[in-house]
Amino acid sequence: MEAVLRIEHLWVEGRLPGNDYVPIVKDVDFTVRQGEVVALIGESGSGKTTISLAALGYARPGCRISKGRILMGDKNILELSNKEKRALRGRSTAYVAQSAAAAFNPAMTIDYQVTESPVLHGLMKRREASARAIEIYRRLDLPHPETLGRLYPHQVSGGQLQRLMVAMALSCNPNLLVLDEPTTALDVTTQIEVLTAIKEIIRQQNTAAIYVTHDLAVVAQIADRILVLFGGEVQEHGTTGQIVGHPSHPYTLKLMRAVRPVPKTTLSVSDSQKPEEPSAGQPLLRVKDLTAGYGRIKKKVVLRDVCVDVPPGTVVGVIGESGCGKSTLARVIAGLLPPISGEMSLAGHALHPKIKMRSKKELQRVQIVFQMPDVALNPRQRIRDILGRPLEFYMGLSSSHRKQRVHELLEMVELSSNLLPRYPGELSGGQKQRVNLARALAAEPDLILCDEVTSSLDTLVGAAVIDLLNNLQKQLNLAYMFISHDLSTVASFADTIVVLYAGRVVEQGPLQSVIAPPHHPYTRLLLSSIPELRPGWLEDVITSREAMTAISHAVEITDVGCPFFKRCAMAMTGICDLQNPPLRTPVSGHQIFCHRDIADLQKAASGL
Amino acid sequence: MNEPGVTTRNEPRPNRADDEFDTEPLAITGPRRLELGTSAWVGIGILLLWLFVAFFGPALSPYDQGEMISYDSFSPMGETLLLGGDFIGRDVFSRLLFGARMTMGLALIATVLAFLGGIILGFTAAAAGEWVDQILSRINDAIMAFPSIMLALIVIASLGTSTSVLILTVCLIEATPVFRLARALGMDISVMDYVEVARARGESVWWIIRREIFPNTLAPLAAEFGLRYTYSILFISALSFLGLGVQPPQADWGAMVRENLMGLTYGSLAPLIPAAAIGSLTISINLIVDAFLALSNRDISEEMI
Repeated sequence: MEAVLRIEHLWVEGRLPGNDYVPIVKDVDFTVRQGEVVALIGESGSGKTTISLAALGYARPGCRISKGRILMGDKNILELSNKEKRALRGRSTAYVAQSAAAAFNPAMTIDYQVTESPVLHGLMKRREASARAIEIYRRLDLPHPETLGRLYPHQVSGGQLQRLMVAMALSCNPNLLVLDEPTTALDVTTQIEVLTAIKEIIRQQNTAAIYVTHDLAVVAQIADRILVLFGGEVQEHGTTGQIVGHPSHPYTLKLMRAVRPVPKTTLSVSDSQKPEEPSAGQPLLRVKDLTAGYGRIKKKVVLRDVCVDVPPGTVVGVIGESGCGKSTLARVIAGLLPPISGEMSLAGHALHPKIKMRSKKELQRVQIVFQMPDVALNPRQRIRDILGRPLEFYMGLSSSHRKQRVHELLEMVELSSNLLPRYPGELSGGQKQRVNLARALAAEPDLILCDEVTSSLDTLVGAAVIDLLNNLQKQLNLAYMFISHDLSTVASFADTIVVLYAGRVVEQGPLQSVIAPPHHPYTRLLLSSIPELRPGWLEDVITSREAMTAISHAVEITDVGCPFFKRCAMAMTGICDLQNPPLRTPVSGHQIFCHRDIADLQKAASGL
Repeated sequence: MNEPGVTTRNEPRPNRADDEFDTEPLAITGPRRLELGTSAWVGIGILLLWLFVAFFGPALSPYDQGEMISYDSFSPMGETLLLGGDFIGRDVFSRLLFGARMTMGLALIATVLAFLGGIILGFTAAAAGEWVDQILSRINDAIMAFPSIMLALIVIASLGTSTSVLILTVCLIEATPVFRLARALGMDISVMDYVEVARARGESVWWIIRREIFPNTLAPLAAEFGLRYTYSILFISALSFLGLGVQPPQADWGAMVRENLMGLTYGSLAPLIPAAAIGSLTISINLIVDAFLALSNRDISEEMI
């Protein structure tokens, strides 16, 4: 096969404060052939994005390509002028960024943005380009390809937008496609949809591609060859089969260990005999018939009749795709969003819906930790002040006591205390998330609401944060409400699981009875969507009929019937779409809301 | 805005686990922050010159601002009258030195007051939301709906001409766009997660404004301050030109232009010299503002990467 891109002895340097340059990519050497997908894998800071950008002849501000050759055909693109590089970009090389929502201009139609590049490069007239765009939409399996282009970016779902960005990249028929973490920001179910589309279109177009990610399980599905990077150097290089099947380098092994195993779905003997007392004591937090929504005059209901109990010292995992109301639930409990109706109580005492009416003591006992460490910490406050404020606010500690306590808090989250005078911008993502957690711990709460705390971190860092949460929970006897779209993370340490779909609880109960085996069709979908570290998993998933029906629809909030009706493989028309599903309790403490009876559900589960 | 601590990340940090594959992010930065271009330095130079004049001008001036030196109108430049005489024979140079303090000082007081009021009310509207925001915003819209010179005429005509009325009028008019800007900036910040965390902690609106919102809006507000200051100078000069601003015999650059306007027909430079002073001051401030805006924008673009 013909080599589309050859990178030879590439060195990239970055500028430190004070004009010193340090190498951030060291002597990287690889080739991408036609129709081949080469994956660059490593954690953040390993230089994978820098290398992929260098393949386009681009270095980010503060960086420079210092040595090496980047050959596209027989041209060294580093020797081209800026004008020639511009002619190359978009036309023969194309880039797909991580966040499609940020890459599309909300004020222009999709068609205009997808066809911009061929028109700009003078390859096609707008009309031709639009016709070709429709062809690409069809190949990417997007709904209504003929009229899709007339929509604006906010009118399509996140997964569709991500596929549209691939369409944008393919509009000029490039020789080389660079995909930078295209599925990292997505739900597991949406990830399948986008991965399938990307894989299929690369096969059809026979383009070469560089795929950048930190997720080995994803790479195993799509890559032909893998480069494992650490600290800007190639640690291991081989075919996907070699790397995944027989990793030899210790760093590759470390990455593989961080991939969470798919939770067991068969009941082992010891599990079934585990005492499942739906804790006789009073729950720490009780949420009853909670309905909440947004909008001032006409509320759009996002949560409907949600009942959840959090016993003291336990972990309740809340799972569901984006748009299911998980974060809304956390916000309502924290008092940030007064509900429309429903009751909440903390250790038996009613919790006022409005934050202003809650006592300091009540506020102190429930703390919230947000998803994005970058926006959860004020960039203009030093770590010392961020951690010191809750101590001053809740406990009224004097400054010397505060100082000591802040040191202890940093120790608890395994950070060094020389971070204290720094600003959040100087910390890595994992460090920020630890500070974020330490701020919640500072209040000495009984319950921490963790809203997708690991979703924006890469696998290794995320795994370390989960371990930390686990240890802290045991040490301090905390209760967590752990919100995530990733069932494998939740299953690794939750005691009970609440499955939310379109604002309603569809199933909840102790971890083992919910997932081993999974009863509700939606729980089953979530379980089967967790990527497995074996080549060929993606094909297996999409060939099952269940996944196909489920993946072709997005989350929709309905007023009547079962919300999951449209995506459910077991749906019964005439019943499921018209009546609210009844409650079924196979064992005490385990609730399933489904029209199918337990026997049917169990039969379906055993077929998994 | 540019704390030296922000960019230094050189000192070694201990690894939290002794693991060979633990990394610290490298601090790759773009061009260093306080690299101002030539135009900014020109602006700073001119501004420093005028500040010097404002502080020490009256002490250095050869005559008093009201003193009539010559019996001729519009005497030419010479030994006694460095920049010539004005329409009643006063020294233009001395009046320019005295006027610097008046013009720059009045505008500064008015702008500072306008910013205090505008920022506090704007942030309150943003942080409190709902009806507080509605009431404040509608009042602000109503004030903005009047053409500014008309509004000033009405206020001054009804309250009389005095320095304090002048300051308050300019303050009122300049505060309205500041309110709008502060509210918009505050709205952006108040939906950030760190503000939500503070709210969930039970912090008061005032604390959130002071500690969470204000520090994050400093850069754009500082740029706006430069701009508003320029407008205030021009506005006070315009009012003085109409005879509603600074009253004689006190010197003010705008008033000086008006008094000496008829000198143009005699080929005198008396009206052009204060006009040039106003021009150079406003241009210098704009140069500085542009440079700082570019700096703060680059900060943002670096964060985006």
